[in-house]
Amino acid sequence: MLCATSRLLAARTATALPAQPRGRGPGARCRRRELHFPGHPELDLDDFLTGRLARPSVPVGRRAILRRGRMPPAVGGGPARSELRPRRGRCGPQTARVVGPDETAKPAARSRKRPGWGSRHFEAAGRWALLALVTLLSFATRFHRLDEPPHVCWDETHFGKMGSYYINRTFFFDVHPPLGKMLIGLAGYLSGYDGTFLFQKPGDKYEHHNYMGMRGFCAFLGSLLVPFAYLIVLELSNSLPAALLTAALLTFDTGCLTLSQYILLDPILMFFIMAAMLSMVKHNSCANRPFSAPWWFWLSLTGINLAGALGVKFVGLFIILQVGWNTISDLWHLFGDLSLSVVTVGKHLTARILCLIVLPLTLYTATYAVHFMVLNKSGPGDGFFSSAFQARLSGNNLHNASIPEHLAYGSVITVKNLRMAIGYLHSHRHLYPEGIGARQQQVTTYLHKDYNNLWIIKKHNTNADPLDPSLPVEFVRHGDIIRLEHKETSRNLHSHYHEAPLTRKHYQVTGYGINGTGDSNDFWRIEVVNRKFGNRIKVLRSRIRLIHLVTGCVLGSSGKVLPKWGWEQLEVTCTPYLKETLNSIWNVEDHINPKLPNISLDVLQPSFPEVLLESHMVMIRGNNGLKPKDNEFTSKPWHWPVNYQGLRFSGINDTDFRVYLLGNPVVWWLNLLSIALYLLLGSIIAVAVQRGAHLPAEVEGLSQVLLRGGGQLLLGWILHYFPFFLMGRILYFHHYFPAMLFSSMLTGILWDTLLRLWAWSLASSSLARGLYVVGNLSLLLGTAYSFYLFHPLAYGMVGPLAQDPRSPMAGLRWLESWDF
Amino acid sequence: MLGFLKHPVVVTADINLNVVALTAMGLLSRLWQLSYPRAVVFDEVYYGQYISFYMKRIFFLDGSGPPFGHMLLALGGYLGGFDGNFLWNRIGAEYSSNVPVWSLRLLPALTGALSVPMAYQILSELGFSHCAAMGAALLMLIENALITQSRLMLLESVLIFFNLLAVLSYLKFSNSQKQRPFSPSWWFWLTLTGVACSCAVGVKYVGVFTYLLVLAVAGVHAWHLIGDRSLSNVSVLCHLLARAAALLVVPAAMYLLFFYVHLSLVYRSGPHDQIMSSAFQASLEGGLARITQGQPLEVAYGSQVTLKNVFGKPVPCWLHSHQSTYPMIYENGRGSSHQQQVTCYPFKDVNNWWIVKDPGRHQLVVSNPPRPVRHGDVVQLVHGMTTRFLNTHDVAAPLSPHSQEVSCYVDYNVSMPSQNLWRLDIVNRDSDAGVWKTILSEVRLVHVNTSAVLKLSGAHLPDWGFRQLEVVGEKLSRGYHESTVWNVEEHRYGKSQEQEEREVELHSPTQMDVHRNLSFLARFLELQWRMLTAKSDGSEHKYSSSPLDWVTLDTSIAYWLHPRTSAQIHLLGNVVIWASASLATAVYTLLFFWYLLRRRRKICDLPEDSWLRWVLAGALCAGGWAVNYVPFFLMEKTLFLYHYLPALTFQILLLPVVLQHISDHLCRTQLLRSLFSALLVAWYSCACHVFNTLRPLTYGDKSLSPSELKALRWKDSWDILIRKY
Repeated sequence: MLCATSRLLAARTATALPAQPRGRGPGARCRRRELHFPGHPELDLDDFLTGRLARPSVPVGRRAILRRGRMPPAVGGGPARSELRPRRGRCGPQTARVVGPDETAKPAARSRKRPGWGSRHFEAAGRWALLALVTLLSFATRFHRLDEPPHVCWDETHFGKMGSYYINRTFFFDVHPPLGKMLIGLAGYLSGYDGTFLFQKPGDKYEHHNYMGMRGFCAFLGSLLVPFAYLIVLELSNSLPAALLTAALLTFDTGCLTLSQYILLDPILMFFIMAAMLSMVKHNSCANRPFSAPWWFWLSLTGINLAGALGVKFVGLFIILQVGWNTISDLWHLFGDLSLSVVTVGKHLTARILCLIVLPLTLYTATYAVHFMVLNKSGPGDGFFSSAFQARLSGNNLHNASIPEHLAYGSVITVKNLRMAIGYLHSHRHLYPEGIGARQQQVTTYLHKDYNNLWIIKKHNTNADPLDPSLPVEFVRHGDIIRLEHKETSRNLHSHYHEAPLTRKHYQVTGYGINGTGDSNDFWRIEVVNRKFGNRIKVLRSRIRLIHLVTGCVLGSSGKVLPKWGWEQLEVTCTPYLKETLNSIWNVEDHINPKLPNISLDVLQPSFPEVLLESHMVMIRGNNGLKPKDNEFTSKPWHWPVNYQGLRFSGINDTDFRVYLLGNPVVWWLNLLSIALYLLLGSIIAVAVQRGAHLPAEVEGLSQVLLRGGGQLLLGWILHYFPFFLMGRILYFHHYFPAMLFSSMLTGILWDTLLRLWAWSLASSSLARGLYVVGNLSLLLGTAYSFYLFHPLAYGMVGPLAQDPRSPMAGLRWLESWDF
Repeated sequence: MLGFLKHPVVVTADINLNVVALTAMGLLSRLWQLSYPRAVVFDEVYYGQYISFYMKRIFFLDGSGPPFGHMLLALGGYLGGFDGNFLWNRIGAEYSSNVPVWSLRLLPALTGALSVPMAYQILSELGFSHCAAMGAALLMLIENALITQSRLMLLESVLIFFNLLAVLSYLKFSNSQKQRPFSPSWWFWLTLTGVACSCAVGVKYVGVFTYLLVLAVAGVHAWHLIGDRSLSNVSVLCHLLARAAALLVVPAAMYLLFFYVHLSLVYRSGPHDQIMSSAFQASLEGGLARITQGQPLEVAYGSQVTLKNVFGKPVPCWLHSHQSTYPMIYENGRGSSHQQQVTCYPFKDVNNWWIVKDPGRHQLVVSNPPRPVRHGDVVQLVHGMTTRFLNTHDVAAPLSPHSQEVSCYVDYNVSMPSQNLWRLDIVNRDSDAGVWKTILSEVRLVHVNTSAVLKLSGAHLPDWGFRQLEVVGEKLSRGYHESTVWNVEEHRYGKSQEQEEREVELHSPTQMDVHRNLSFLARFLELQWRMLTAKSDGSEHKYSSSPLDWVTLDTSIAYWLHPRTSAQIHLLGNVVIWASASLATAVYTLLFFWYLLRRRRKICDLPEDSWLRWVLAGALCAGGWAVNYVPFFLMEKTLFLYHYLPALTFQILLLPVVLQHISDHLCRTQLLRSLFSALLVAWYSCACHVFNTLRPLTYGDKSLSPSELKALRWKDSWDILIRKY
């Protein structure tokens, strides 16, 4: 029930074809109907109204006279139409034709143009003008005072900085996929920004740096959201007032406005989400002409936009789910259509796979290819990636280095933990303090390069110097028993049955022995985890585990910071749990052995798929690492739809230029109310249909729009909102905005339907008409007025805080939790 | 009238001997040598302590599940006359003679045994043949992991029992729906469904997944009912109301009932008190209640109070100060105000006492009559032992540099004026003139000059701060957070004018007496909230595993090892059953989608009624497996193999369904059918053989030699303990 399937939509668009808006002149209407769908009478609300109001006595011909007034073009719900005919034969084409002229003028009247009666061209022009008006208004609000404040606001410090990194080609790490930041960088590059601004912290003045290009780009994409929403609603409900209401809600929402005006990923993400939704809806309306040019166009455009959404942030996955669900139900209906051969269905399936899976994946991968190609200089992101990866980056000490390829006895090595931000195995001339295990030399991990990271790999049973030129080179192999001697202090890596300093369930790891002579607790078995490189141990690429021979535990780092006595380096333990976690897997990074030939590290560079996989692992781990702390104020998902709390973009004190991200409460609370009303109304209708109640045809038409079009949007809202309840990472208010777009579109459809239903239930046609117009107008004007009240939130305000009664915003602090 | 005289009194008994036999075998397999081993086995160490708490009526908090399961275990202890005196400290400890091991283990064993005949009943109710039903029950009977888990004081078998009961009674209900709606048996099974669901949820939270599944199936059936035009509107409404009452209202009421019983059973204070709010603690006998009984209710100017942080994380603590000052320069080079430290201290201490002072007057005693402090009043807080004023100023806090430092003001004459006025903001006030009440009021202290809010930052101070917790003034207080909220715990009206006298007074215990009680609902809500938010320390465990290991049985848990011999109890499943059950699930899914696609093209391979049966069996069994398994992938707690057992039970039920389907619909000829039956017999004997081989590890009754144990180690990942002699 939630999702309109394209076949049903097809039925509607079939009547509403050829991709022209409804409500044409009588001549055009009849001709079209005769030409294309002679059997399908078209019914509109106007007909319904008259139908019901006049049915008892008034003959068909008189209805037009009765309803001189202009009702807006009706929704009428296409799918219902085909079902109408058997039940209500008398509302045949003739009625519709009679009704035509009245209906025609309506949208024109709304756009304050008066085309000649029944002129199709004027009608179309009116529609285009309306779209242009909506777009213009959206652009005007988004670009108004775009340059203010001329300092870094909120997350601009991240995304602006990352844009600069692309311009400077410096490698960095972020938890989001690269496309959004690449586009920001591109916009900056094209608009003449040179990448020199540091974006150090919010509040830094831009001064002479050209930041308008990047802001303008984001504002441009943000402005397009409104016409997109307008078109989606128009396509789903076929009702201009609904589309206009949606456009007004979004144009006049201070939250969407604020979020579109800065260098952020959100406008880019929302642009792709809405574009994907729009092309999906458009594609659905082409369902009656499968494999035609527009059909292919919209389908592949959906795929492209999906790739875009996922390429900006991982939450783009939700719109993929929505499109996926729509596609599956679409295919399901095609499959159930016995007039189609299995081969045809197969073709449909292949087209979907090509455009919605293969194409987006290719594009998504391509963004990464570009990302790695552009960022080829060493930068702040190096440390997050493996040693092998770092060899790619110019400026990194591993770049263009040459070292022996396979580990041999006598090699001097550094050992790095595979887990992000743990570092190198390290020891130094300091003992564990009294009371913490045995008083032996500390072994830790250390993030920086240091002489104390060097270890010599030796055989466990001889103390002969393997570097003696008379001895043959002997490679270390998987399963060998070795000893690791710390180069600077000549103590062996050692473990024993003492509890580790911080992780009490693990064993302590120490440096032990004098000049390399220790005891049997110094023996470790070396194991290669990914043994596709053979039994030898390859520098950078082999993942190794060190297993303590006596206790059977595995060398690992717990990642916990040691207290002062350990110089705040990280704890190294020997864990008795033989789980394969990254904490206990290491790789060899530096490698010095004069007896072996050096090879260039370039041959060890990972391939593109490996890089892709690694960067995804790092991103996912980074995302999981963003955990909220207990004693911090954090935003909870339930706060969002109630507009419980905003986000401070800029400024705190009364002398600052303050921008506060907060939804327009009128819009947001209306959205909230609409969802509740929608669920109520939807379930009433669904139960009534299930009970087999005979709905009046007009109600049935409206309810189809409500259930199918509204269902799509409700699904979108659910998919973009509820998964956040399951997320463990830290959440922010702005995560709700994609969901908010869907809920605003739902509001548009719902109120239009409600008003029509209400108007229909009234006895008098003039009252009904008046009610409908007044209802729509009051919603539009109310939203606009609330925007007038709350616009300082988005455009910035200076002066006393709202707690202060002198502030112009004083009366507007409707919730205690808003602090602007 | 007097009809019984004309006809003989006849009792017709309809006894399915199969069920009787299955029950007997189930009882035998689960109850045999139940009190062996007389030692703490694995998680008994964990549940046992709660049983002891029940026996001693001591309050406890266990975040792992609602109290119903624990209460059932404790019921065994109660019936066996257990006094609760046993130290549950390590696995393998011998039980002392006062522990009634048999009766403690009886209940889980009984539920485990009854699951066997219930499997039979469920398949019969689903409309499958007697053979299939027998098969399901026999598989349950020889599943080693289920046996091991039922024979100990653990809750999985109880959970499985209620899961199955919920499914069974729903099936009975929906079968009687067709014949006699609103008959007594209809009502009985409907209500039993709700009760069983609530019991499942009450034993463990994961029971909620089965509950949701049953609700979903009931919802679909109700939806068809709505579409049934032969029923009148009124009767549809009655049907819906009856279902809503039995499946929504009854479980909710039962759930509350569990907590009601729990809270009335454990009424004494105990080691877990600290986690709860002061008000909750005061409602328990002993503990805080002993201290706070009879305190004056309304805080007045001159009151001596201790202030407890409401959030209490990482540890519950009280606002504290002491003579030591902040170090002039911190380790990282930042400077401080060098004034007296204010911290949050997790222990009761005389330095936790503060005196509420009226800024306009000098007295530190309560006037007569006392002037209560109200919401919005501006107060000063004076530290009792040092008589210094609580103060905050624009100096960065030691560990949270974005917040303000909070100190007790020392006048160094360095043009840093004292800023010691705080406005009282009672969060849970009734009206804007609400009075500050001991224990009950939750207050925020808002600094008048800077609007900073007194907050527990949660960070531990370094050595100079004696590892106490940092308290800061939060400037950017965005909304409400419990770490900024405090409540008065101990309270008395100060009487001493002089400092020395006052110190003596502060040291003396508060003694007075009034009793305050929280309503049940308030206590329930708080307890439930704390249980859900209680963080289990995500520590790794030697035998923890990931959900992926479960399906293939790549993991095992050593439960117990005999202190001398190598007899041991090991949680291991019957490999044949696990493998074939997983295979059956895969086959079911494939076949289901195959039929579904074919039906969509109007090719009906199955007759309508057998298709419906096939779908319902799949929805309950495959669905039951999925809902009890998939959510574990999203859980962040430490997981063990036994978490899979409820899912496995449903999978075992699915196995005969698939087998019967293959035999009935896919084996076209009689020959094939006979061949298939022969295969089944061979397969089942194979399962029996595996059961028998693993039996020593299931019951732990036989000591195997190291070589035998090594031979049992069929998978490298099985950690069977082998003693080194």
